Amino acid sequence: MGLLNEAFVYLCAAVIAVPVANRLGLGSVLGYLIAGVVIGPVIGLVGSETTEVQHFAEFGVVMMLFLVGLELQPAMLWKMRQQLIGLGGLQVTVTTAVFAGIGIAFGLAWQSALALGMILALSSTAIVLQTLNEKGWLKTRGGQSSFSVLLTQDIAVIPMLAVLPLLAIGVSHDGIDGSGNSESAGHGGEALAALPGWAQALVILVVIAAIVIAGRHLLRPVFRFIAEARLREIFTATALLLVIGIALLMDFVGLSPALGTFLAGVVLSDSEYRHELEADIEPFKGLLLGLFFLTVGAGIDFELLFGAPLMILGLVIGLMTVKFAVLFALGTLFRLQGADRWLFALGLAQAGEFAFVLFGIASGGGVLEQGLLQTMTLIVAISMLLTPALFIFHEKVVAPRVVAQSDRQPDTIDSRGRVVVAGMGRFGQIVSRMLLTSGYEVVILDHEPQTIENLSRIGIRTFFGDATRPNLLHAAGLDEADLFIAAIDDRDKQTQMVEHVARSYPNVKILARARDRHHVYELENVGAHHAEREIFEGALALGRRAFVELGHHPFHARVRAREFRNHDVAMLDALRENFNDGGVDNSYIDAMRAHSETLKEIMRVDRGNNRHEGADRGWNPPPKGDASL
Amino acid sequence: MAEVLVLFTHPRPDRSEVNRPLYEIARNVEGVTAVDLYGEYPDFDINIDREQGRLMAHDVIIFQHPLYWYSAPALLKEWQDLVLEHGFAYGLHGTALQGKVLLNAVSTGARPADYSQTGVNRAELRSLLAPFEKTADLCDMRYLAPFALFGAGRALEEDRLQEHRKAYDDLLKALVADRFDLDKAAAAAVLNDVLDACITSGETH
Repeated sequence: MGLLNEAFVYLCAAVIAVPVANRLGLGSVLGYLIAGVVIGPVIGLVGSETTEVQHFAEFGVVMMLFLVGLELQPAMLWKMRQQLIGLGGLQVTVTTAVFAGIGIAFGLAWQSALALGMILALSSTAIVLQTLNEKGWLKTRGGQSSFSVLLTQDIAVIPMLAVLPLLAIGVSHDGIDGSGNSESAGHGGEALAALPGWAQALVILVVIAAIVIAGRHLLRPVFRFIAEARLREIFTATALLLVIGIALLMDFVGLSPALGTFLAGVVLSDSEYRHELEADIEPFKGLLLGLFFLTVGAGIDFELLFGAPLMILGLVIGLMTVKFAVLFALGTLFRLQGADRWLFALGLAQAGEFAFVLFGIASGGGVLEQGLLQTMTLIVAISMLLTPALFIFHEKVVAPRVVAQSDRQPDTIDSRGRVVVAGMGRFGQIVSRMLLTSGYEVVILDHEPQTIENLSRIGIRTFFGDATRPNLLHAAGLDEADLFIAAIDDRDKQTQMVEHVARSYPNVKILARARDRHHVYELENVGAHHAEREIFEGALALGRRAFVELGHHPFHARVRAREFRNHDVAMLDALRENFNDGGVDNSYIDAMRAHSETLKEIMRVDRGNNRHEGADRGWNPPPKGDASL
Repeated sequence: MAEVLVLFTHPRPDRSEVNRPLYEIARNVEGVTAVDLYGEYPDFDINIDREQGRLMAHDVIIFQHPLYWYSAPALLKEWQDLVLEHGFAYGLHGTALQGKVLLNAVSTGARPADYSQTGVNRAELRSLLAPFEKTADLCDMRYLAPFALFGAGRALEEDRLQEHRKAYDDLLKALVADRFDLDKAAAAAVLNDVLDACITSGETH
């Protein structure tokens, strides 16, 4: 098949299966797997060439780890250290030990048993996180604990990638990995093979140090230089170049490319280009991982399942029961109660997508036997397929029963409002500083490298990126924000951005900076909850000051300014319908003219004796002629 | 010598017939600090530290204002609520105002006869100003009888303003020069009635 034909088939399968799976609540990973099953074993559109595609697609995993690293700020990891090391660490080690024990009991070599244990200890980050997010369970204690464990597992993948090749026992590996696997660990390093052990270690240390130091000090100016060129695709190219370059470098010295990019991600997680990098790499990672899962699906051996259905199903149930038991025990140990403990244990009971990656490496390194690999791939896939059912079981059966006996405190995590501010010009700066100094969590986006530089100098962290790009807004965490402040200067981009946010994040309140009155209406019409004219209050303040300079008492100047403001705001309200009906037509202009006349009458300084209107209404003594007083 | 602070509180000084000229007089007496509170704090964001500093730097505090609904205009109430803090003006360690003198210099719409047990208000002016007097008591200050212009809306037409302005000028100067009988002034119902008797020895000009 030609490249285009192949791409057409894969894309077609993905485009059909993934949205359907998502709609059914199965999540995208299962969608890809199912699509793979359909084009592979079921209708046979793709065949043995999938393994080649798979090696290419494995690069998605490298990108995924780069993104995982980007999300992991060292400070956040430090804050979570107890949960990560305690709960997460125990889950990985205990589960690994149990599976390894079972493996040895069934007569596997200890190396194979250990590899299998490690691989099966991992759960599906993609499915679980997505489900927790969708159902709004991420903020519960059960959800938080699940998140910690998944994070630990993501990190644990790094040492596993390094250890797996060492567990090779020389089992012959024909078939699946004949073509060689340049993307996975253990296959590079030829360049160093001639060096003595200590020199290899030294080179490796130097490379890692170089990544950390370059990430901290060299990449930032490079990104700034690129960003200043204002060529979006070149920024994307730079991001890709970075990831691929590090992968090649690591491969060259014989380390896992995933480890290198992960490290680079962590180093860059503190930088202002984090969200932009995330937004740039994310689609590539998504497509490559999708392709990867497709090929896994296509490679599933159904003859195995139909040959011994009871054994396979028994193994799946065994796998999930063991994982569930370990998780439930740990949940009890860490004082999770009621529905939280069940959510935690049921939710993480499947094996995860990393298993496919690690199986690939294990097979390449000859750690696991080919037949066992086939079986295990099938079991992992089925356990993932069952996950949505477990979540439904939890939601409909377990939670209603245990919720009564749970004495959990109301969740306080993240109860403080979270704000995303787009645009850090003269306007956004004031708003952001007000919120930041009040202690709110604010994510700030701007596309002007110079602005970002200046702000970071005074200690305000700003992320680089064009806030009108949907994927950047997503990377900035709009999903979890309570408030979005749209403060960019460009009138049309501002409107487009507000429209996108209002449509995609219906739960987020939107406050928008408007150029003028018409822009207020436009922004409201596309979904802004409140729009504020950018120069209005400032101009009022200056006008008020002008009254004072012209001899008005300061308090009277205030009263007049308020009066003017109230009238103007009333006019804004009154003309809205007019504007929305026919834009700036004759009736709009007439209405505006009428309002201006009224205003002139109200504001006139020498208004004679009518003391009960407008600015003259306040603090009047009774008229001199009132005989009753 | 006593330092005198006049806190002039009027939201519409541009239309004031009585109080604004009185404020001008206060501004021109040596030893008197006259402050236009509405002019200084049009947005009601009173600078508490500055106001407490002013209180500490003076011996006699005069609230000069028209009588609005038997009390002062809103800003003076806000001023009291913010400036007279616990630990400053009252409470265990709140002794900053101890021994200072407080009085209201007010203008009223109604005539003197209305401020009596038998008049429409069924009470004397001083008893209606009880919240100020009690505030002074709590802050350990000495409260003097109110200095008042009754029937202020007709004072101009009835040619009473000139006399009142001179009395205010005399009062301020006597206070500054310590030539004022505080006991007598504290015991009176309305300060204007006993003003001459309170001003002790020497010329007032």
